[in-house]
Amino acid sequence: MSDLSTDTLLPDSTRKPLQLDGYRELQLPDSTRKPQQQDGYRELQQPDSTRNTQQIDGYRDPQLVARLLQRIEQLTERIKASQATKLPAVQPATHPSTLRLMEVCGTHTMAIARYGLRSLLPPEIKLLSGPGCPVCVTANSDIDRIIALTRIDRLTVAIFGDMLRVPGSSTSLAERRAAGASVEVVYSPLDALQFAKEHPEQQVVFIAVGFETTAPIIAQTLLRAAEQRLANFSLLSALKQVPPALAALLQDPRLALDGLILPGHVSTILGLQAYQFIATDYQMPAVVTGFEPVDILAGITALLEQVNAKQEGQVVAIGNAYHRAVRENGNPEAQSSIQQVFASQDSVWRGLGLIPQSGLALRPEYRDYDAEQRFQLDVEPTVEPRGCRCGDVLRGIITPPECPHFGISCTPSQPLGACMVSSEGSCAAYYRYGIQFA
Amino acid sequence: MCLAVPAVVLQINLDRTALVDILGVQRVVALDLLPQAVVGDYVLVHAGFAIELISAETAEETLAFFAEFPELAEGL
Amino acid sequence: MSVSEQIVMAHGSGSTMMRELIDEYFLSVYGSAELAQGNDSACLKLATPTTELAFTTDSYVVTPLFFAGGDIGRLAVSGTVNDLATSGATPLYLSLAFIMEEGLPLSELRLICQSIAQTAAEAQVSIVTGDTKVVPRGKGDKVYINTAGIGVFLSQRPLSGANCQPGDKILLSGTLGDHGITIVSARENLNFSTNIVSDVAPLNHLVAKVLQAAPATRCFRDPTRGGLAATINELAAQSATSMTIEESLVPVNPAVQGAAEMLGYDIYQIANEGKMVAIVPAEQATAALAAMRTDEHGKNAAIIGEVSGPPASGLPAAWVRTPFGSTRVLDMLVGEQLPRIC
Repeated sequence: MSDLSTDTLLPDSTRKPLQLDGYRELQLPDSTRKPQQQDGYRELQQPDSTRNTQQIDGYRDPQLVARLLQRIEQLTERIKASQATKLPAVQPATHPSTLRLMEVCGTHTMAIARYGLRSLLPPEIKLLSGPGCPVCVTANSDIDRIIALTRIDRLTVAIFGDMLRVPGSSTSLAERRAAGASVEVVYSPLDALQFAKEHPEQQVVFIAVGFETTAPIIAQTLLRAAEQRLANFSLLSALKQVPPALAALLQDPRLALDGLILPGHVSTILGLQAYQFIATDYQMPAVVTGFEPVDILAGITALLEQVNAKQEGQVVAIGNAYHRAVRENGNPEAQSSIQQVFASQDSVWRGLGLIPQSGLALRPEYRDYDAEQRFQLDVEPTVEPRGCRCGDVLRGIITPPECPHFGISCTPSQPLGACMVSSEGSCAAYYRYGIQFA
Repeated sequence: MCLAVPAVVLQINLDRTALVDILGVQRVVALDLLPQAVVGDYVLVHAGFAIELISAETAEETLAFFAEFPELAEGL
Repeated sequence: MSVSEQIVMAHGSGSTMMRELIDEYFLSVYGSAELAQGNDSACLKLATPTTELAFTTDSYVVTPLFFAGGDIGRLAVSGTVNDLATSGATPLYLSLAFIMEEGLPLSELRLICQSIAQTAAEAQVSIVTGDTKVVPRGKGDKVYINTAGIGVFLSQRPLSGANCQPGDKILLSGTLGDHGITIVSARENLNFSTNIVSDVAPLNHLVAKVLQAAPATRCFRDPTRGGLAATINELAAQSATSMTIEESLVPVNPAVQGAAEMLGYDIYQIANEGKMVAIVPAEQATAALAAMRTDEHGKNAAIIGEVSGPPASGLPAAWVRTPFGSTRVLDMLVGEQLPRIC
């Protein structure tokens, strides 16, 4: 291994807040077109598979992981020492011996579990899972509306695989499919469009679930459907937005957090600008990061730098540990796609309740493609699973093993709530990867 | 909430799609959200669409940076 | 397609049409002396008297019928041969029963039968008895095949998953996930292409080689449905041990990894149809590995983990050690493996 010395790093109060310790903003290259490009059809290029492999493998390098872990340990020690020696400038959010960091995004929860990162971090760091699992936060009433669609004759419901087993008030899409309903699992909404073209006799309803990573994709699909005047295609939107949910979380007096790990791919769309309020209005340290082990640990490192800086009295700013994919302004094309097709509306989040302007609904000009306008839905009365603590799990108030149902009356094969059945629900991650045993 | 994989663009088609390669798996993805993509670019693919360019140079620089980390930090 | 080019109800009715089908498509392609006799049962002689037999059965319903690297016919022979081989038996005789849907193109049936013949020849087994049924259009998924197989223990006592001991090594005969990803890529609605081919193959010769080099091998298991995760969990449960897989040692084809990343599949849960897991005492593990690698189906074989003592009460028994030194549970598939976006 390396011969790093640990007698390091005195706090340097001259450092600007964005210039995080050991981590610098890197220049993004100019994406100008290469000379051999011509309009229209271009030459097939042999993939440079070594480079592509590096995109993934490089960010899974165990040596880099080890270095980042060392850095995290150093920072944790420093923060602890600093906490012990002085009164914090701001209200301490948490127990002095714990640093509570929330990974907002469900895909982060799964990645952290899959790589066993919790057990590698210092015990003082507690990672909590947040409400960033679009399937988990889809309200029972929305699931029931989707179920109601499956009862309509000559109608196919097209969904992402994540949705199939989520329980509604009385049943799930998997059970409906087993009972003979037409339910088509797709990888892309374009596959649903294709299905609609191939089955003109069926009405195809695509269920739009997801956050801002998925919303522009669904918007583009709808624009294609409209362009092609596809009469048998429509969508039901249960899309949600992340920033309003973050605001709701931050306003919750029960929340005790030291920092936020912000979603990587939502951020490729929204950019860093969408999160500025977290720093300016709440002074909460927050860093955007990616999903490979190196990304996650780099993100935690940067976050601890911020926590430390905040303790030193410095101003908090949103950090970016996913430079190669996240730009300050995000993807403007994608943002305008969302705005073109969808408008914000109030939305009910499982566990968080109603969050104003946190959902996305089809704009009136696309009313024709709105399944809720096109079909008469006979929706059963909503019944919430009794005793389900998904809400508290989603807010990071309890960890999954702290829920009385966990592993007993709520397991992946017999889930009580969405957090257990969703492919990236916190409870599912804990159960599947045995986080509580690590 | 966002399973996306890096892929390299092999071919751009006339209908706003591209053929991309992920470690030897090839798929046609839509380019509506990334009209500026060109052959040889690295892109993030989510649910059948390319959603953002990945800067390969930045990726490599970042990795190289971490490789020297935290000795580099001591110099700051 | 004209009537003469497809399966019709009469092919299953005991008529002359059925007789002709059997002669032309089955007997002449993969038939054996016993099958040609046309009796209701095959009367089999064993070369050496024995008091122990291995007996297994499986049904094959794969869609699509034809995929890169194989088809339902190859699968039907390989699967049953492999089940016999895992217990240490030498596979000898197979039964093969067809349930065909009215409308199945005869050209496809011919290809399937040729595949059966080829695979049986590779495995050196005979198809000695069979059955032919036809169901009306819409009542079957083109074709289902059931095979049952008999094997004998020539120089070997029966192996069992219960025999695994702490300290044993876990061997894997090659790359994970090839078959499952091939099937998924052949399903049109996922729309991706790869150069991955299914690994479907009979592995009885590979098993025999390993047993020759490492006679103390505890057991074999083929990681089919549910993948390596199901196999390791089952073996650990059977033997009341814990098992840990070293992720960095598991061979995976990069394209399989790419497809799994794209769809959000867990490599450990993807089906394999031409791979063997072997549990071998540590002192014979290197010999077993070398033997695996001499077989055409074991070129990428590796030692991927180790068996340890029983798990503490309440703790799971199957683990993965990540390349970073952490361990996490090797969980079993719940429900079906579906592409996900989260």
